[in-house]
Amino acid sequence: MSGLLSDEVLSHIGREGAPRREIVTRRDIRKYAIATDNRQSKYLDGDVAPPLFHLHLFWDVVPLNELSPDGVSIDSLLPKFPLEKAMAGGLDIRYCKPIRPGDWLTATRTLTNVYEKAGRSGPLIFYEVLMEVRDDGGELVVIEKTTRILR
Amino acid sequence: MTLAPTVGMTIPQREHYCDEVQQMLYNASLWNGHRIHFDMPYATEVEGYPGLVVAGPLMGDWLHQVVDEWLGDAGMITGIEYSNRVAAFVGETVTAGGTVTAYDEATGEVTLEVFVKNDRDEVLTPGVITAKLERER
Repeated sequence: MSGLLSDEVLSHIGREGAPRREIVTRRDIRKYAIATDNRQSKYLDGDVAPPLFHLHLFWDVVPLNELSPDGVSIDSLLPKFPLEKAMAGGLDIRYCKPIRPGDWLTATRTLTNVYEKAGRSGPLIFYEVLMEVRDDGGELVVIEKTTRILR
Repeated sequence: MTLAPTVGMTIPQREHYCDEVQQMLYNASLWNGHRIHFDMPYATEVEGYPGLVVAGPLMGDWLHQVVDEWLGDAGMITGIEYSNRVAAFVGETVTAGGTVTAYDEATGEVTLEVFVKNDRDEVLTPGVITAKLERER
């Protein structure tokens, strides 16, 4: 290994973000369903949230002056990586319970892994973030693992 | 409705036209201000893309939808693994579809290989979805 990752960067593995608690509204479900081209009435009417709605519910709402010049919000869970160009990433999601209007949901994000690999045109950094979404009874609603690659 | 999945069967495909207004509403609904999705001079001159980039998770949503429409009220999606490999651009029409790769009649668990592809047949977003069918009563 070329040893791109310093002990300081690696020390962020296991870091957990502050939990975020949000309420699900019928209007938000309807907006999400329409914007995604959905055509099933249970979602368009907002009776139940379509899969992937948790992405909408927990996308970081940051003030305009905290966005970077390209309009992206800076993820405070992540250390400053020595490589910065983001490549394709992957998602692994398990859906445990349906989401309905009136549900209060809490998301907790953890940086679960950081590692490097030799790519065809140079080193690559991989990192994994685990997001757990639970209801107020503590039951798991969605669990999502994101893997991102930097070059 | 009863579904009778068999390994190797394809599910009905769906086309999506990637429209500017939809991109704007989708990204606004998330609070995603990334300029590559709405700022044409930035996307083309600064980032070097041929046009406005379709949001990756929107194509992830279309993977879910093509299976969810096939399932109707007969079952629920229980999981997905997917990655955004190739970008799509506003003005393109993309197609979502899938093939059943496993089905366990005893548990009702069905697995599908799914994709979003462009009109050059390039797979942009490959994935695997698992779903659970309701048992007959």
